[in-house]
Amino acid sequence: MKFGIIVFPGSNCDRDMEHALRDDLEQDVVMLWHKDRDLSAFDVDDCLVLPGGFSYGDYLRCGALARFSPMMEQVINFAGRGGKVLGICNGFQILCESGLLPGVLLQNDHQKFVCKNVFLKSEHTDNIIGDNVGARVLQIPVAHGEGRYHADTKTMQSLRENRQIIFRYCNQEGEVHLSSNPNGATDNIAGICNVRRNVYGMMPHPERATSEVLGNMDGRSILEAFTYMN
Amino acid sequence: MPQNSSVTAAPASLEQALKLGLLEEEFEQIKSILGRSPNFNEVAMYSVMWSEHCSYKNSIKWLKTLPRDGERLLVKAGEENAGLVDIGGGLGCVFKIESHNHPSAIEPFQGAATGVGGIHRDIFTMGARPIAALNSLRFGLPDNPKTKWLVKGIVKGIGHYGNCFGVPTLAGEVYFEDCYQTNPLVNAMSVGIVKAGETVSATSYGAGNPVFIVGAATGKDGIGGASFASADITEDSAEQLPSVQVGDPFEEKKLLEACLEVIQTGAIIGMQDMGAAGITCSTSEMSAKGEHGMIIHLDRVPLRQQDMKPWEMLLSESQERMLVVVKKGQEGAVQAVFDKWDIHCVAIGEVTTEQRLKYYMQEELVADVPAQSLVLGGGAPVYERAYSEPAYFKAIQAFNPASIPIPGDLRAIAFHLAQLPNIASKRWIYEQYDSMVMTGNTQTNAPSDAAVVRIHGSEKALAVTTDCNARYVFADPFKGAMIAVAEAARNIVCSGGTPVGVTNCLNFGNPYNPEAYYQFVHAVKGMGEACRKFETPVTGGNVSFYNQGPEGPVYPTPTIGMVGVLDSMENKMTLSFQHPGDLIYLVGSAREDFNCSEYLHQLCGVTHSPAPHFELDEEHALQKTLAHLIDRGSIRSAHDVSEGGLFCCMLESAMSSGHGFNLHSPAGMRKDAFLFGEAQSRVVVSVNPDLKSLFEAEVAGTPYSLLGRVASNAEICVDGESWGYLPEWKQAYEQALEQALTA
Repeated sequence: MKFGIIVFPGSNCDRDMEHALRDDLEQDVVMLWHKDRDLSAFDVDDCLVLPGGFSYGDYLRCGALARFSPMMEQVINFAGRGGKVLGICNGFQILCESGLLPGVLLQNDHQKFVCKNVFLKSEHTDNIIGDNVGARVLQIPVAHGEGRYHADTKTMQSLRENRQIIFRYCNQEGEVHLSSNPNGATDNIAGICNVRRNVYGMMPHPERATSEVLGNMDGRSILEAFTYMN
Repeated sequence: MPQNSSVTAAPASLEQALKLGLLEEEFEQIKSILGRSPNFNEVAMYSVMWSEHCSYKNSIKWLKTLPRDGERLLVKAGEENAGLVDIGGGLGCVFKIESHNHPSAIEPFQGAATGVGGIHRDIFTMGARPIAALNSLRFGLPDNPKTKWLVKGIVKGIGHYGNCFGVPTLAGEVYFEDCYQTNPLVNAMSVGIVKAGETVSATSYGAGNPVFIVGAATGKDGIGGASFASADITEDSAEQLPSVQVGDPFEEKKLLEACLEVIQTGAIIGMQDMGAAGITCSTSEMSAKGEHGMIIHLDRVPLRQQDMKPWEMLLSESQERMLVVVKKGQEGAVQAVFDKWDIHCVAIGEVTTEQRLKYYMQEELVADVPAQSLVLGGGAPVYERAYSEPAYFKAIQAFNPASIPIPGDLRAIAFHLAQLPNIASKRWIYEQYDSMVMTGNTQTNAPSDAAVVRIHGSEKALAVTTDCNARYVFADPFKGAMIAVAEAARNIVCSGGTPVGVTNCLNFGNPYNPEAYYQFVHAVKGMGEACRKFETPVTGGNVSFYNQGPEGPVYPTPTIGMVGVLDSMENKMTLSFQHPGDLIYLVGSAREDFNCSEYLHQLCGVTHSPAPHFELDEEHALQKTLAHLIDRGSIRSAHDVSEGGLFCCMLESAMSSGHGFNLHSPAGMRKDAFLFGEAQSRVVVSVNPDLKSLFEAEVAGTPYSLLGRVASNAEICVDGESWGYLPEWKQAYEQALEQALTA
């Protein structure tokens, strides 16, 4: 099993993800350039990661331009074949823009960028991440200006029915309140997956919480979830 | 090759030169350098290169007295775009601080954003990858509507640029004082890491080597920005809006990656970013350093606006541009890298042996000047300004501490102090910065006095800080500047690091004002004295004069940016109390001294009082002791006493861990001075009670006293009296600034 990290111009968490996966989780990692289109070395046991950052400077809309890159066409095909895809922050925005995940990420309700530790709780175990992290409350940093998850009523209903909400913002005790929501996201949604359970997107940054040196290892179980064979 | 050998445009008039900010004597000097009258393009070039911002003409005499040598220094101060210090293990650290005060005063968002962009460019132009951004900000009082507008814009600008560029903003300082009402200060610092042998110099040599302009297209933004920075801010300054540049962090992020990649090709002779004075500055400084000349074809420069005149291109401060000199024959490898990143890379000229800069426009020679004559250390003028002791010193000397009655309710005073803008949490500001990208910042989960940032692929870490209590400098420029250096070093030592170097940003008033110049001269002297003591050479920095509005100059603010090294993360020391029952000690002497404190200034309304107690030798000994205690593992936390005094220091150690404390004040001392005084050279440490005798043996020789214990609950107890619980204090401390700024 190996990870591929897509590097867009303006990605800035690509190296962080590389360090987390390679140094902390001791995984094989391949960096993939957005202009390339060769994914022949990747099969469905592998995982492609769309890292955080400001791809294409977030011009137009966050993630709106990245979806048109040659590599994204291949990522969409890869996901269609059942390959695992994880988008973090800007990567989550790209997945929504490219239609691999439903909904959109809007500007934070307070209209400011926010970077801080938040608490997350997984609600279901019938997805790759939930199965691995269980019911434990995780402390993971967020860093975004446009992270307010939003979807129309119908989409929200189907997300709930299909148990696609993988993380909600909560307090340290695991209680989901408006006061523990850093951006005004609908239903405190921090991350979702697709119906098929091979495409995952989340605003918080697990790769910033995998190292003893940084004093927080809560992100490990999230990334580790993708290392197990199907 | 163009054939015109003499400049064609008509000579410029003295009146034009004066309008551009040159002095009459300087205009005469240009005529004698050229042996003829300069044309307008040339006068424009000299006006920016000889502005204070580029030439340091009013400061260089004194800057040269600062210690600029040290065994760790890999380049001398002023030789390159930023300082370069050897941190061992085959790594170098490149760092610099710079001001962007005047642009931020009139266009806070872009002014601050481009300040951040510019300082990062200074770092990666040397081949280093920036890993940390810091800043030092000064504003007027938060209840003023203009202050709110400035804070919001400047913070958003810093965040916008830094967050997108992808380098964490992980430390800084913010003060609010009415002297900064018209003229806020925005000082931005960048710290980068480079492997030994992979640095690039800002030089140019080798006749026939091509000269490339790389990065963004050139527009009319920022024309004359350097000259603008060299004049007082007035009501009319907003009319100078075109002098403010516009930043594009996405372009700069690509430029960073491409520049670091292109260095690996081995095809680069030299590289310099275009900041102040754009093409003029980069071509002249690189040529002067390499003792060569250049022919530049301005008509080949990619433009974002039509019909730009030669002087506009020469002076444009459009951001995200670099000048790169490439080995002839290796252009292809360089072009390929910039193509990969979709960045303009256009040959605009070549290196010549004749040490002149010749600029052409469609075969017409539009400017022809000797490179050396433009630059600092070459032909740029050097002045010595007159100074005299400020009249306000009398008011400072007249202060009598006995005139201040001891307040009855000290708890109420403490609670008020914790909410003062200069003391309260800056959370509302720093949460708008991405502080964690690059996964190196260890502050998030274990705060320390200086920010400790790990270096990926190495055992080492850096400790970085910016410090300056300008009120102390106002009260006593010499001592106040020493304190700024000492506090920076103390913060690094308290975090487990060894200080290795300083970059400074000297923010002062108009140098032609003898009192402002007195402050400058004495602050530089004090800074030099302290930097010699702590063996932290000044590797570079920036001077910003003319920081004053109609109400007078700002406090003299010589901001210190300091870098320290931790050989291992094991050495890192946090400021948080760790365990209930731990003993809390004061290392250093308790003093009955509340001079210049936030307490005296803000709550007692005393505007003039002497700087607090400080003795350089005492401070140096204290820091040696601290380093020893950390090295021996005999303390569990260390936090230096600064604004708000001993009580606020302990409160911060408590709030960050949730453990309360009890505190006993000594008899025979004013309790307000003991709790809230800001005498220097004091650190609060916590100690495992099992190691009490070890600690007391190790600390021997330095004065110390037992203050109390870390509580098993969240209660704060002073002399047996409950002062309430941490959640209440923390809420007040964390929300005060947001409330003040958003009210």
